[in-house]
Amino acid sequence: MVQRMADRGRFTELTMPHMQALYTAALRMTRNPADAEDLVQETFLKAYRAFDRYEDGTNIRAWLYKILTNTFINSYRAAKRRPEKADVEDVEDLYLYHRIGDLQASGAGRSAEDEVFDHFTDDEVKNAIESLPEAFRIAVLLADVEGFSYKEIAEITEVPIGTVMSRIHRGRKALQKALLDFAVARGLVGSAEAGH
Amino acid sequence: MGSEESELDCNDTIERLYHYLDGELTDERRSEIREHLDECSPCLGAFDFESDLRKVISNRCKDHVPESLRQRVHDAISEEERRQASGQSN
Repeated sequence: MVQRMADRGRFTELTMPHMQALYTAALRMTRNPADAEDLVQETFLKAYRAFDRYEDGTNIRAWLYKILTNTFINSYRAAKRRPEKADVEDVEDLYLYHRIGDLQASGAGRSAEDEVFDHFTDDEVKNAIESLPEAFRIAVLLADVEGFSYKEIAEITEVPIGTVMSRIHRGRKALQKALLDFAVARGLVGSAEAGH
Repeated sequence: MGSEESELDCNDTIERLYHYLDGELTDERRSEIREHLDECSPCLGAFDFESDLRKVISNRCKDHVPESLRQRVHDAISEEERRQASGQSN
């Protein structure tokens, strides 16, 4: 059986523009640069080996994320030493809006929102995402950072669409809770108790 | 599609907030939501907030790819290319 050579030029042209986004996702998934680099390298290598099975014209980005996500789940999750919660605390809808919205109602105006948003550092936003348990983290990452549709996320993560929607919904609420905790810790907003 | 006259209230609207922002609603539903938002500033405030927050999250999550990683990926694929080529000539 002769193995068909992948068309490297075509492969490079189609896949390399996605490296930055894949690396970003890999960092959020693995939560450390060394593993993220290994994960990205493995993803590209697997993609190259499987390139003859990629159907031209279909969504290359979703295809690459599927390889990345599968590789992460199969190789890196097993090696993870730090145990983590498998669930998120349930908070109300619009959690952050209600806390920051209180500021606006109290006369600080719409700029209160912008001010809080502006003061979040890149690291705080990244840490907030990384604080989510894995299933929620991946769902929120694919939806909010990468902009995939529910259907695409269901295909990438190989779970039913209803599960995807639930993970995104609950993951977002937990993300807002984590962001508010940062904002409170830095004194950008008062604590919930102090605000009432 | 028969378009029922269904006025959305605030609860219906907020319930669909994420589906709206995620682009997961039918055109008909979207326009119902927009009609409600045109007349309801509290709901509009919540939609704007969530939409802005989404942008903040996505914009703050960009990481620069180290040049060494680009090189590693390039090398790994070259190695694989050689492996496939030698497999083919055997």
